[in-house]
Amino acid sequence: MSEGRTLLDIRKLRVAFNGQPVVHGLDLQIAPGEKLALVGESGSGKTVSALSLLGLVQNAQVSGQAWFQGQDLLTLDEKALRGVRGGDIAVVFQEPMTALNPLYTVGEQIAEVLQLKRGLTRAQAGAAVVELLAATGIAEPARRAGAFPHQLSGGQRQRALIAMALASRPRLLLADEPTTALDVTVRGQILDLLADLQRQHDMAVLLITHDLNLVRRFADRVAVMERGHLVEEGTVASVFAAPAHAYTRQLLASRPQRQVTESVSGAAPAPALLQARGLRVSYPVPLPGLRGWFRQGAFVALQDADFALAPGTTLGVVGESGSGKSTLALAVLGLVPHQGTLKVAGSDWPTARKAGQLRALRRRVQVVFQDPFSSLSPRMTVEQIVGEGLGIHEPALSAAQRRERVLEALADVGLLADRSEGAQWLSRYPHEFSGGQRQRLAIARALIVKPELLVLDEPTSALDVTVQRQVLELLQRLQRERGLSYLLITHDIDVIRAMAHEVLVMKDGQIVERGPCLPLLDSPVHPYTQTLVRMAD
Amino acid sequence: MAAASLSPSRRAWQRFRRNRLGYWSLLIFCALVVLSLFAELLSNDRPLVVRYEGQTYWPMVHDYPETTFGGDFATPTDYLDPFIRQQITRGDNWAVYAPNPYGPKTLNYFAKAPNPSAPTVDNWLGTDDRGRDLLAQLIYGFRVSVLFALALTAIGTVLGIVTGAIQGFYGGRTDLAFQRFIEIWSAMPELYLLIIFSALLAPSLGLLLVLLSLFGWMGLSDYVRAEFLRNRQLDYVRAARAMGLTSGQIIWRHVLPNSLTPVVTFLPFRMSAAILALTSLDFLGLGVPPGTPSLGELLSQGKNNIDAWWISLSTFGVLVVTLLLLTFMGDALRDALDPRKQELA
Repeated sequence: MSEGRTLLDIRKLRVAFNGQPVVHGLDLQIAPGEKLALVGESGSGKTVSALSLLGLVQNAQVSGQAWFQGQDLLTLDEKALRGVRGGDIAVVFQEPMTALNPLYTVGEQIAEVLQLKRGLTRAQAGAAVVELLAATGIAEPARRAGAFPHQLSGGQRQRALIAMALASRPRLLLADEPTTALDVTVRGQILDLLADLQRQHDMAVLLITHDLNLVRRFADRVAVMERGHLVEEGTVASVFAAPAHAYTRQLLASRPQRQVTESVSGAAPAPALLQARGLRVSYPVPLPGLRGWFRQGAFVALQDADFALAPGTTLGVVGESGSGKSTLALAVLGLVPHQGTLKVAGSDWPTARKAGQLRALRRRVQVVFQDPFSSLSPRMTVEQIVGEGLGIHEPALSAAQRRERVLEALADVGLLADRSEGAQWLSRYPHEFSGGQRQRLAIARALIVKPELLVLDEPTSALDVTVQRQVLELLQRLQRERGLSYLLITHDIDVIRAMAHEVLVMKDGQIVERGPCLPLLDSPVHPYTQTLVRMAD
Repeated sequence: MAAASLSPSRRAWQRFRRNRLGYWSLLIFCALVVLSLFAELLSNDRPLVVRYEGQTYWPMVHDYPETTFGGDFATPTDYLDPFIRQQITRGDNWAVYAPNPYGPKTLNYFAKAPNPSAPTVDNWLGTDDRGRDLLAQLIYGFRVSVLFALALTAIGTVLGIVTGAIQGFYGGRTDLAFQRFIEIWSAMPELYLLIIFSALLAPSLGLLLVLLSLFGWMGLSDYVRAEFLRNRQLDYVRAARAMGLTSGQIIWRHVLPNSLTPVVTFLPFRMSAAILALTSLDFLGLGVPPGTPSLGELLSQGKNNIDAWWISLSTFGVLVVTLLLLTFMGDALRDALDPRKQELA
């Protein structure tokens, strides 16, 4: 292997935590100026492999070799590694808010790198910062240099982070999920920026991601990792066209499939289960100065929302963070006060509350949240979590009956292959389950009270792609079998395409486009919808 | 499978047990507390049981006049009197004394050495300047300290949890009002209040408990409030609300169990702080009523009789051991409940 052809040569890299191996002998080469994507699901060891090269993984036992410019990174001491980090190898992290120090302006943080790594004076660094920020496409770079991280948007922060990584003119850029924390429309811009800069500076980029769309758009070569093993490697074109390994095929096939009962056109429209007219939700915010003592301002999270949901169908709500789609979900659940009319199953929350019917209405509308780790109380057993709703809505059940119903619900969501193993499931705690299993538990908890409407707030966003597909198939099956109605909140066009009958596109608290799902996605009218759809392809 | 299905608190207990220092501290501390609860059997100036002239007497629970045992007066028997001792051990008579034959208030009028006396065969740790046995005082003083600390910790913890839960769960104006009240309340000069009240009212452990409890809950309440503020935002609380649970049910079943980590972590440290508080108030003479066995009062005696080294040294030893045990337990508990350690484990 000649030095000129390979920038980074990783041989037999092994990483272990407390004797538990997580990377089992990784061999990987990156050529100068190459765009390599390292793909895998969570826990596959992709991030750990990359960061362990720079000694950035704590408490890890690392062995193997990593040749970079004639030296083995794994044998370097901390001082020498510091020279390499942020020097010849720079890193862009996933979450730009936490990767930047909130106490310093963006400009100061970039200037620090310039002064340390390139030996510029303060004045020179100041000018170079503006140049770097301009190169990353931030508008008004001189002004943004003086901004603190919280004053920038997510996309601007990620640009600032990239500017910081570029400050030392690295030969290799490690980009660890650089777009995952960003909104869909911003993702494409950041990716284009990385590609541009890569060309200009002729640096190599190692893109660590779980998102195959990104890989297809960005990389030259792709390496697929599964549970610490490299299972496939090759050019993007060849791997995507003819995946050799079963796991790669599974990943590529994990795009959700549409398996819903399409509404029959011409049939008499059933009365809507959920109907909103002029729905508006606002949150009080403190006003500055003396005025704040007497009055509160209002932040309007959602306004003029009109929509209807027919029984047995799915209403998809798509939008980016801050578009008001989660507020819409909370309003439908009756968890935030709202103005305008909102009819839920023939009633509405204020009336039900006054008439003492609140519990009855609560039973008919249930919810599944995004994060399966925060949506289950860590100190309750499966039986307590899933059975809690029965204690409220069907208090007459005996303990044995309740347990029977819990087992039934677990079987319904595909957690129990066999009733006989049920007993050992009931006494287990959430931490013993994977993300996908937890999400099934959350669905079981909602289903056990036999709701009519299920609010799904980003039900699969926190899951790996293969698991995401399984959970969506479960939801589709439940809808087909029981005629459940879904209000599906998501930012993912693929999920909408697979699940929804009707779609609302939201932006800044307003519905900008609506219509039947497939026609709308095939020919979007509003420019914002067009961007969303384009980014998903 | 059985090993995997441990509740989070069971797993925390296992991590706690793995910390040998903390685990043994807990065992030793519990043993000491249980022993001190039976202090009357260990250190008592009355015999546990006396067999005198064919009859059985229980001096520990009954008062018998001296005439019972052949004395001259109808006053309560002084079992340290050499004459009485001789009477109840002569012939077929026998008596079972506690291992340390002195109570906390016993004045030995028949002591062979002047007060304060250095450790002797009769008084294993010596006596204080009034002639009371030091070992007896330490045993009873330890018991008073620990029980007082337990009570103070329990009251402070309950108050802290309740106030913190109300502030954190309801938030908004409730929280705002409560926070301002705490700011004003914590500005009250606690020590002056203690001095004033000890001058106005007869000093007693109960009064001390009330006064210290009035101020002791605020530190914990802030932590509980912060935990509640965080946990009430989590999705499982929202899901419970959507399920139709009442606020009370949500607090009790969902938020409270997940907000107790700081409470449990601080328990041993609060105990040791309470012991120290009682000791220092006693040292200043603001604490327990005179005559109550107390470590602080012993320390102040040690200061006044600086050449009677056995007073200050043994009291100091008891205090150090108690506080060390509590601190070790606290450290182990903190490690056991640290969420970052849980990930590694």
